[in-house]
Amino acid sequence: MPEKKKKQKAPKGTVKKLLRFLRPYRGRLLLSLVCSAVNAGLSLYIPLLFGRCIDLITGAGQVDTEGVKQKLIFSAGLILVSALGAYLAAVENNRVTAAVTKDLRNAAFRKIQVLPLSFLDSHPSGDTLSRVVNDVDRFADGLLLGFTQFFSGVITIAGTLALLFRISRFVALTVVLLTPLSLLTAHLIAHRSFRYFQRQAATRGALTAVTEESIGNLKTLKAFGQEAAAARKFGAVNAELKAASQKAIFISSLSNPGTRFVNALVYAGVALTGALGVLGVLGGGLTVGLLTSALGFANQYTKPFNEISSVFAEMQNALTCFSRVTALIEAPAEQPDAPDAIALGRAAGDVELRDVAFSYDKSKEFIKDFNLRVKPGQKAAIVGTTGCGKTTVINLLMRFYEIDGGEILLDGTPISQITKRSLRGNVGMVLQDTWLKNATVRENLTEGRPDATDEEMIAAAKRTHAHSFIKRLPQGYDTVLGEDGGSLSQGQKQLLCITRAMLADPNILILDEATSSIDLATEIKVQRAFDELTVGRTCIIVAHRLSTVMHCDVIAVMDRGRIIEQGTHAALLEKGGFYANLWASRKN
Amino acid sequence: MKLMLKYLKKYRLISILAPLFKMAEALLELFVPVVVKNIIDVGIAGGDTAYIVKCAALLALLALVGLSFSVTAQYFSARAAVGFSADLRADLFAHVAGFSYAKIDRMGTSALLTRLTSDTDLAQNGVNLTLRLLLRSPFVVFGAVLMSFTVDAKSAAVSAVAVPVLGLVIAGVMAATMPLYKRVQEKLDGVLGHVRENLSGVRVIRAFSKERAQTEAFAEKNDALFSVSFFAGKISSLLNPVTYILINLATVLLIYTGALRVNGGALSQGAVVALYNYMAQILVELIKLVNLVVTVSRALAGAKRIEAVLAERTDMTYPDPGAQPDFTAPAVEFAGVTLCYGDNADASLSDVSFSVPGGSLGVIGATGAGKSSLIDLIPRFYDATAGEVRLFGHNVKDYAAETLQSLVAVVPQKAVLFSGTLRENLRWGNENASDDELLAALRMAQAYDFVSAKGEGLDLMIEQGGRNLSGGQKQRLTVARALVKRAPILILDDSYSALDAATEKAMREALKAAGARLTVTVSQRTGSVAGCDEILVLEDGVLTARGDHETLLGASPAYAFIAKCEEGGEGVA
Repeated sequence: MPEKKKKQKAPKGTVKKLLRFLRPYRGRLLLSLVCSAVNAGLSLYIPLLFGRCIDLITGAGQVDTEGVKQKLIFSAGLILVSALGAYLAAVENNRVTAAVTKDLRNAAFRKIQVLPLSFLDSHPSGDTLSRVVNDVDRFADGLLLGFTQFFSGVITIAGTLALLFRISRFVALTVVLLTPLSLLTAHLIAHRSFRYFQRQAATRGALTAVTEESIGNLKTLKAFGQEAAAARKFGAVNAELKAASQKAIFISSLSNPGTRFVNALVYAGVALTGALGVLGVLGGGLTVGLLTSALGFANQYTKPFNEISSVFAEMQNALTCFSRVTALIEAPAEQPDAPDAIALGRAAGDVELRDVAFSYDKSKEFIKDFNLRVKPGQKAAIVGTTGCGKTTVINLLMRFYEIDGGEILLDGTPISQITKRSLRGNVGMVLQDTWLKNATVRENLTEGRPDATDEEMIAAAKRTHAHSFIKRLPQGYDTVLGEDGGSLSQGQKQLLCITRAMLADPNILILDEATSSIDLATEIKVQRAFDELTVGRTCIIVAHRLSTVMHCDVIAVMDRGRIIEQGTHAALLEKGGFYANLWASRKN
Repeated sequence: MKLMLKYLKKYRLISILAPLFKMAEALLELFVPVVVKNIIDVGIAGGDTAYIVKCAALLALLALVGLSFSVTAQYFSARAAVGFSADLRADLFAHVAGFSYAKIDRMGTSALLTRLTSDTDLAQNGVNLTLRLLLRSPFVVFGAVLMSFTVDAKSAAVSAVAVPVLGLVIAGVMAATMPLYKRVQEKLDGVLGHVRENLSGVRVIRAFSKERAQTEAFAEKNDALFSVSFFAGKISSLLNPVTYILINLATVLLIYTGALRVNGGALSQGAVVALYNYMAQILVELIKLVNLVVTVSRALAGAKRIEAVLAERTDMTYPDPGAQPDFTAPAVEFAGVTLCYGDNADASLSDVSFSVPGGSLGVIGATGAGKSSLIDLIPRFYDATAGEVRLFGHNVKDYAAETLQSLVAVVPQKAVLFSGTLRENLRWGNENASDDELLAALRMAQAYDFVSAKGEGLDLMIEQGGRNLSGGQKQRLTVARALVKRAPILILDDSYSALDAATEKAMREALKAAGARLTVTVSQRTGSVAGCDEILVLEDGVLTARGDHETLLGASPAYAFIAKCEEGGEGVA
């Protein structure tokens, strides 16, 4: 974890952004504010009433019991009102916090849907996960504390000062003079803890990333007996988090004792000036009852400082987390559709790549001068050695990445001028990395066509020969697959992915090493079904098996980002180049 | 609870000292009302200014000593709580890493992830606050009640009744909210699982333009989380006002009885003030305590969930020291082996028996025929439901984990690499492998060329999940990783699938020379296994034929069919 040297502060405008998320709830916040004010005001007034009662309790035989009784009954009524205010404020604060949490998570999730693939490919998913889950939670905790304690804290401080001035100028002045000490302590502590909280949040993100990687691939880890090594790696980051957390927690927890100490000084000051006031040494007109009230206030006066400073500490933590979440929410989205982008209907399927250039790392050339034309209904194959850029071409065709130069045309229109939705809707894709969602087989298969009937779905599954194994699953098509496809074999997952594409019935198909995990017997059946489907449709196949691509209308042979040969199987063999070599080596 | 205590043991001293220092601080605070009482009854009544100043100075001194106590307490509790959670997390990680494949299947990855992150954080928070405040508050409350009794037993009875009543209320609310907070964490599992799935499937989701549907599904899960947490919050919100009402009404009662008793001459005004101050302290402490209740309920809910994972005993035990392999015995033997993944699941392998001395073994069959199930039993990823799997003359269950580990190297179907350098990844097979050995393995796995083309050699940084490599590159590196191990049994689970024909051929040649006692090749194609000394044909979990390529072409209709399909596929040329 590289330590950031520069002084870290919550990015400017963080608070403004926070306010934006709070805006929809300003009515509820106002209600909560009013309720807190009632509660805080009455909490101050009630001790004053108690003080007056105590003044009536002067000595044996001199107590105005009737007066005491009346005042106490009045107090009891106010106590109930005050408690009601506290309850309403708490409920509303809770509601707003939970709602803002929900909004933030939704916003983050919506953003993930439009983030460029380059962002998602280059950020550890564990860290993104940590932002959406842990950071949002911590932010919510801080926010709730802020709501519940900040408002009432401020009101209490203001009210206390006002009341103290009414009781005795000298007592009040003592308190006012000691106030900066409270503020200073609170500020110093909050400032330090913010820095440590930031480091803690970053380390926590790193730990989540390590955890995600190890737990997500636990089986591979175990296959090599690497549990202990993984635990060591985890342990190292864990130790880092431990060190960061210890500092963050200790420093932030100083705010309570710190302000409590200042408070105790205030208390002592009030006791001194108040007692002298009662004696008439300082000012005058003070009674023992009022002194009691004043001491009560002094006690409460420090409490809101405690709270506000702990709120500051928590809020610092919360703002750090919030800024990590908003960094995600505000990450630039993928290039939106051009304003005049057209929504393509069912495309004829004429695909052309013209002088396409692209690289992931803009300082290094990768794909260059890429030209390929696939006419409607034609089948094109891209072959080449590993890492030559085959998969990248798919990223470009689907607009997962934007090209750096040249043009990709669909039916003569540059794909940059077609809405992504209609572009992708026209292309069916089966990748080697089979992905199925944690849902029923049916929900997975109808992903591309939610309105498909059961008959259509079963027909598609029969054509891909997936029906027979689906039928044998515990609940057939209603079987819930579990995370990452659950316990299905790689080949079964692949069959489901193919069926999913089959049911979507697109005019253009992209197959990325799609059939590599299925046994040949099944593959040939699937191939036959695909052949049937691809009549009059465009097909782009990225494959390593020459046998599966030799019937293609055009075969493009790639090497290091460029097409080095192009033609039909027969023409390429005749040419006696790279492809012919590949073919020959396969024969042996 | 038990869990918390177990992990706090290591921090016993500081976790006892922390609350003790807190109590010491609280004790000092309890003297404050007494001092104030003296100011009123002695200082003011006697008009003794010097006495008042002395008392005020005493108050300031109490504050200073209190401060040093509480800073010490905070330090200890931060250390104990963070140490606690770091140890817990490390143990939990090690524990989860010890789970068998079957257990991993059952628990689910995202559930395990939340245990290690969010739940542990909650528990840490709970411990920290418990050490800091939870013990201090009851101490102050009971202390204040006790002190009230020393002032006036009759009036103190009021607080003696009010406090237990409040205790009941707090316990009740905790009991009601704890299951709710457990549900909150469960819903959070759902939210996390959804985000995780979405991140891993982003290409498919976008290809199907399912962003909106995904967002809606997420919103639904998110809404469920909102409802539960809001409901839990609503109940918790009751605590504060109820405490406030009870304590203040008790104060009303206290003042009234105080008034009557002062009127009767049994009590002084200062005493009433002291009693009132104690009541005020009780109120302040209880409100603090009540605010903690939510945190502690959540912490306990988190701890319970962690406990459940830790209680999952790993279902596989290894003997120690375990058997020593007998290299004169057959490398692998299956005797009537049956494997079912779940209690009610159909058998993935039924009654499979065979024995191979060594050499090369091919395993072929259609998708779902049980090929992976069969080879997963060899390194004991799963335990056979029935029958026995033997390696080098001993049941796999008789080997120590390390021995078994050293006997078998696997190239899994899914090529997974971990973030770190290439060297670190390759050394998984053998921590002490030299760079030369690693490079030799890369050459055999046909990975040397592309690795050297990248120019960083063994220091090549691999990103999480090997994202900076293509599928074929990853696959070759996973083969190299297995080769570094030099285990007597090498298993290749469909490890040629992402390779082009030329590379596959070269790799097959190189592996022959690698010198494993037994090489098991799993494939869908007869082409990949045709050269093996012996081939097993699996159909629906049953071993239907075995023999070499030529024999099987005649003896196994299934094998002949697969071979014919391949011919058909390529014969057009």
